[in-house]
Amino acid sequence: MTLKVGIPRALLYYYYLPLWRTFFEALGLEVVISRPTTKTILEAGLQNSGDDVCLPVRLAFGHVLDLKDRVDVLFLPRLVSIARREYICPKFLGFPDMVRHGISGLPPLIDPNLNLYRKDSPYPFFVALGRNFTGNRLAIYLAYRRAMHVQARYVQLLEKGLFPEQALGVLYRGVAEGQEPGGGGPAVAVIGHPYNIYDPYISMNLLSRLAGSGVRVCSADNLPETLVREQATRLPKHLFWSLGQRMIGAAWHYLQSPDVDGIIHVASFACGPDSLTGELISREVRRRGKPFLNLTLDEHSAEAGVVTRLEAFLDMMERRQFLPAGESV
Amino acid sequence: MKVTFPHMGHMWICLSAMLEYLGVEVVVPPPTSKRTLTLGARHAPEFACLPLKLNLGNFIEAAERGADTILMAGGCGPCRFGYYAQVEHAILEDLGYNYRLVVMEPPQKHVGELLSKIKYITGHSSWWEVIRGIRFGYQKARMVDELERRAHYLRPRESHRGSTDKAFKRALQEIIAVKHPRDLPQAGERVRRIMAGVAIRPRPVLRVGIVGEIFTLLEPFANHDLERRLGYLGVQTDRSIYLSEWVNDHLFLGLVRGLRSRKEACRAAPPYLNHFVGGHGQETVGSTVMYARQGYDGVIQLLPFTCMPEIVAHSVLPGLSTGLGIPTLTITVDEQSGEAGLVTRLEAFIDLLARKKGVV
Ligand code: SF4
Repeated sequence: MTLKVGIPRALLYYYYLPLWRTFFEALGLEVVISRPTTKTILEAGLQNSGDDVCLPVRLAFGHVLDLKDRVDVLFLPRLVSIARREYICPKFLGFPDMVRHGISGLPPLIDPNLNLYRKDSPYPFFVALGRNFTGNRLAIYLAYRRAMHVQARYVQLLEKGLFPEQALGVLYRGVAEGQEPGGGGPAVAVIGHPYNIYDPYISMNLLSRLAGSGVRVCSADNLPETLVREQATRLPKHLFWSLGQRMIGAAWHYLQSPDVDGIIHVASFACGPDSLTGELISREVRRRGKPFLNLTLDEHSAEAGVVTRLEAFLDMMERRQFLPAGESV
Repeated sequence: MKVTFPHMGHMWICLSAMLEYLGVEVVVPPPTSKRTLTLGARHAPEFACLPLKLNLGNFIEAAERGADTILMAGGCGPCRFGYYAQVEHAILEDLGYNYRLVVMEPPQKHVGELLSKIKYITGHSSWWEVIRGIRFGYQKARMVDELERRAHYLRPRESHRGSTDKAFKRALQEIIAVKHPRDLPQAGERVRRIMAGVAIRPRPVLRVGIVGEIFTLLEPFANHDLERRLGYLGVQTDRSIYLSEWVNDHLFLGLVRGLRSRKEACRAAPPYLNHFVGGHGQETVGSTVMYARQGYDGVIQLLPFTCMPEIVAHSVLPGLSTGLGIPTLTITVDEQSGEAGLVTRLEAFIDLLARKKGVV
């Protein structure tokens, strides 16, 4: 019987699924992903985590619960650092412990540390991970190589303009790559954490809603890492959060890009890093005068409110396009 | 150049001592008050944590008194504190304040990096003088910490309500007044004498450890004067970090031996929290474990609303509390937190501890 490894559809799932999935499958394991977010999943998460924990982490609790009884082991890597001299957020460092002490009756947790703060290669992480399942170092090495390869292909797809769900479709479900919608509609950059903007339930279908109104949408993940990082060097001090780095770099880039007509910043209610990076972004946008919408998500956000604000924002963009340059609305 | 810095409890005493000794003109911000908070909260991002808002308010109020240079500590994440200075500076700039910013990043390798920043501020002082200045400030920190410890001991035992605080204030003035390191020992004598004058009567007290985020621990305005309140409720408190310990750990890289250090606390944290999580999250958990082992009656965790490391710590505390049988209470502060609610919760908690111990 093959061992079933559970991966929650939360946190950095949208960045790293191909990497993790390929690695496990190459080692002969079966990967089980939690189901797409629903009200039930979210509510389970809310009930099993503390009140002052942010929505994305509470949601991740829900996804862990969704997997709990369906898998043999749970993969909850401790993502300390995914880039040199950077972290993600303190909650990522503590996540496995929060889960371990917050949910009872869990299958064994596999929680090796991924820490690239001082190193460049994630290989030791995969060795530690693979050892849980096999003593065969060659098999681990080959699985690692394959995983890195598929991940690179995934990143390529994103940089072509696809969003994670579409790119995963291409990789795993044989969907054709398709062409970018193009068209003459306005373009909007959506800047936010992957677990907020790509989770349709949490973002209240933000991306498809925009596409449905004829808007061309792009995000930080459609930009090459080097470009984003280069933009972010304009900050007065190296930003030590990898996700913030991406958000700021992308915002700076899209702000200068004449093809992008507006920017939507999506933040989690009471998110620590967002409170500072969002501040830096909105100050810069105000100076430059591009249409800007700041959406804050929490478990109480009402869909109707978001829709109204979105419509107002799109209206404003449209009006701008017919105004002579320099005039503000 | 008129240098200011944010308030954090009695830190200003040590910083002023050091800078003034080195001939730097210092503008101490007015004591943190409601007005400070209102100013800071008005201009800071909504979800920034309370310390950032209070810092910002301090800087606005210090500018009104002519300050033009900010001296601040930095950090390299993952806690937000490491980016405070830059964001605060951007906000102040947009508000029209022309502050120069000097950030003392925690030294990555050696204390020399720190020295050179201080040397920049002081301009002409020699290395030797700079080191003497730092020592002077640090000695004052040690004295203030001693004084506070003494007050924690006396308050629940004093015969006359308020006599500890009166003595404390007088003793603090003695420390503040010292302008030269050579006068410190005599001042220390006077301080000890003042505190020895507080009359006490023997009575059973509860012992409570206070853990959490450093700023809220050290700044009485932020924690609604928690330690004094507890003292009056018959509780002797111990704080998991005192200023001198923090300075030694974070700025001197543990150079001073024989002090309690964060390392022990971190070692005590597993299996509840197996990894550092930035800020003092792991210390919070570890210190709670240590207080439990030392037979304390309870632990109070203090944190600013949205503080990430402390939220992680908080989420493992219930398990720890049951596992080691030590009651814990978590208090979150922000600009809305009122005193009334806090008092009720404190009294209920202390009541519980007293009943558990059988000292009611
Ligand atoms: S980055 Fe923000 S939203 Fe994400 S886990 Fe941390 S606090 Fe929560």
